[in-house]
Amino acid sequence: MARKSFREAINEALRLEMRRDQRVIIMGEDVAGGMGAPGEQDAWGGVLGVTKGLISEFGPERVRDTPISESAFIGAAVGAAATGLRPVAELMFIDFAGVCLDQILNQAAKLRYMFGGKATVPLVIRTMYGAGLRAASQHSQSLYPIFTHIPGLKVAIPSSPYEAKGLLIRAIRDDDPVIFCEHKMLYDETEEVPDEAYSIPFGEANLTREGEDITIVAIGRMVKFANQAADRLVSRGVACSVIDPRTASPLDEETILESVNETGRLVVVDEASPRCNLATDIVALVATKAFSALKAPVSIVAPPHTPVPFSPALEDAYVPNPAKIEAAALAVMG
Amino acid sequence: MANGIRAVTVPKWGLAMTEGTVVAWYANEGDQVKAGSDLVEIETPKITNLYESPASGVLRRCVAKVGETLPVGALVAVLADEEIPDADIDAFVAQFAKDFVPESVAESGAEVLKPQTTEIGRRRIRYLKMGEAESTPVVLVHGFGGDLNSWLFTQPALAQEHPVYAIDLPGHGGSSKQIDRGDLAFLASAVFELMTALELLSAHLVGHSLGGATAFELALSHPEHVKSLTLIAPVGFGPEINMQYVEGFMRASRPRQLRPIIEQLFANPALVGRKMLDDIISYKRLDGTVEALNTIAGTIFKDGRQAVELVPRLADLAIPLQIIWGESDRIIPAAHANGLPAPVRVHFVPGAGHMVHMEKAEEVNELIETFLHA
Repeated sequence: MARKSFREAINEALRLEMRRDQRVIIMGEDVAGGMGAPGEQDAWGGVLGVTKGLISEFGPERVRDTPISESAFIGAAVGAAATGLRPVAELMFIDFAGVCLDQILNQAAKLRYMFGGKATVPLVIRTMYGAGLRAASQHSQSLYPIFTHIPGLKVAIPSSPYEAKGLLIRAIRDDDPVIFCEHKMLYDETEEVPDEAYSIPFGEANLTREGEDITIVAIGRMVKFANQAADRLVSRGVACSVIDPRTASPLDEETILESVNETGRLVVVDEASPRCNLATDIVALVATKAFSALKAPVSIVAPPHTPVPFSPALEDAYVPNPAKIEAAALAVMG
Repeated sequence: MANGIRAVTVPKWGLAMTEGTVVAWYANEGDQVKAGSDLVEIETPKITNLYESPASGVLRRCVAKVGETLPVGALVAVLADEEIPDADIDAFVAQFAKDFVPESVAESGAEVLKPQTTEIGRRRIRYLKMGEAESTPVVLVHGFGGDLNSWLFTQPALAQEHPVYAIDLPGHGGSSKQIDRGDLAFLASAVFELMTALELLSAHLVGHSLGGATAFELALSHPEHVKSLTLIAPVGFGPEINMQYVEGFMRASRPRQLRPIIEQLFANPALVGRKMLDDIISYKRLDGTVEALNTIAGTIFKDGRQAVELVPRLADLAIPLQIIWGESDRIIPAAHANGLPAPVRVHFVPGAGHMVHMEKAEEVNELIETFLHA
């Protein structure tokens, strides 16, 4: 075991699963880098270097650079999955889902149902989401609620290197299409990650800390912020439970409801735009199934309903942060 | 002791420990304390433990307040003789605070104690070495579902006078999860192969639970390489085994399900910290772990009873043997150590469960140290 970055953890998950199963292949823009030109192979390894080094072990047959056409290569990946491979396609930015949404929502998500369970689509779409990289409104969105909305898809949103490796291995071994959402600001985060392969089950939330006063549910990068806020709240005499759902679909309703039944207070932190995001979904869950347990109105910490700003000052103001979470929790505590 | 003043600092229990929280004081300012007497209870994310006074003297200052969380190495208390003036104590506390650099800062760059792995055949075995003394090495073998970290209170103490190797059995911790038949002969041969690879030609063996039976098996098959045997709550001395624990351990996939199971290992369940549960869950997620544990359980705890009988083989054992058992063991009854033949030294430790070496660490360490000296 050693400290590994989020980027290294994902690379290691891919490497271990490609060794274990010949059917696992990688495809996407610049995942090998160089588009086959001599001397440029493995120049990139994906735009942020996540797949770097894999082509030298597995070769260009299994690590395939694709043209800049998401509709074409995501469609090809769906077809490859339906016909026997287990592709991991890299959709560079989740914002590009717009050009390949039919392949995801009408093909990948539906084939199992259209063929009466006789077809499976063991496809993983790895994709980068989130604000913070000064990448402006077309490269900074947190669009995972769109995929959560579509039955037939599974949606994983890892919050740390350990989580990323275990959830990605689980995603690759899953027979259903999985949208695997990686926050771009997490790639250089490090923690202890086992060298061996391990898998973290879907639909099992991680109660990252336990406290009796308030439940904070946080998604992806927000889990770390929520725990930082919870650390600060200790000195204010507030003990928090922090829940990382790990997967938006399936959602571990039980862990959330159980915790709210214990604390009676809820804050949900979501980086996605505030209308119809995961926070509204989780708040609705609690309102319908645990309303009588609530001691105070619930609170949502989410960005304003606006495109992600390009101005650094505005982008920083846009994203939820530990101070906003702390303030929300204190307000709920009354 | 500089000028007769001695600092008591937050101890480092286990590789992962970075800080500890003071839970309770067992002595008051002004009390005369003896080396080894209960001083302060310290909680870590993994386990809560009593810290015993490292020296004798008057407890002049309880620097850390109850509830306070401090980094490893930070000042907890000050011991000194009565006649040393308060002003000197105050100056000492102030100077300590000024000079103190937390380990997390100080260690960056420095060499940190880390487990190592070695390939034996096609098998990877992980172990942790502590201690550089020129004396007979000690090999520590953990129990079912455990790993080398279960010796966090034992290994540093024994390492004062011996090189001490804590190992991960096959199927456990950072070792390979392939375990063949998973029987005692296999586990013992894996330990022996590591001893051979590390050139430990003669060693004291200390084994807990399943690791106790493993050490016993090794001592019988290679008596010339084993100097003494300390078995802690060992498997193999009677038919009963708490299968509700074994099955619960296998089944639990979340910390909350695991907590009531793991609490059975201790006489005082409040000692179990969240990190202990998280570490076990992480271990169980590793590819091959659950299969390996199932194989071992199916072999050693066949049909809900212990399938290994070591008592009839005691007569074949020609090396010194001591057995240590927590009186309140809820996994394997301590009564299994009753009525053993005379040369076996048996110690029952009150107020301790199956993990007696964690729960009553100082007491168990002393028993082992005394035995190794004899």
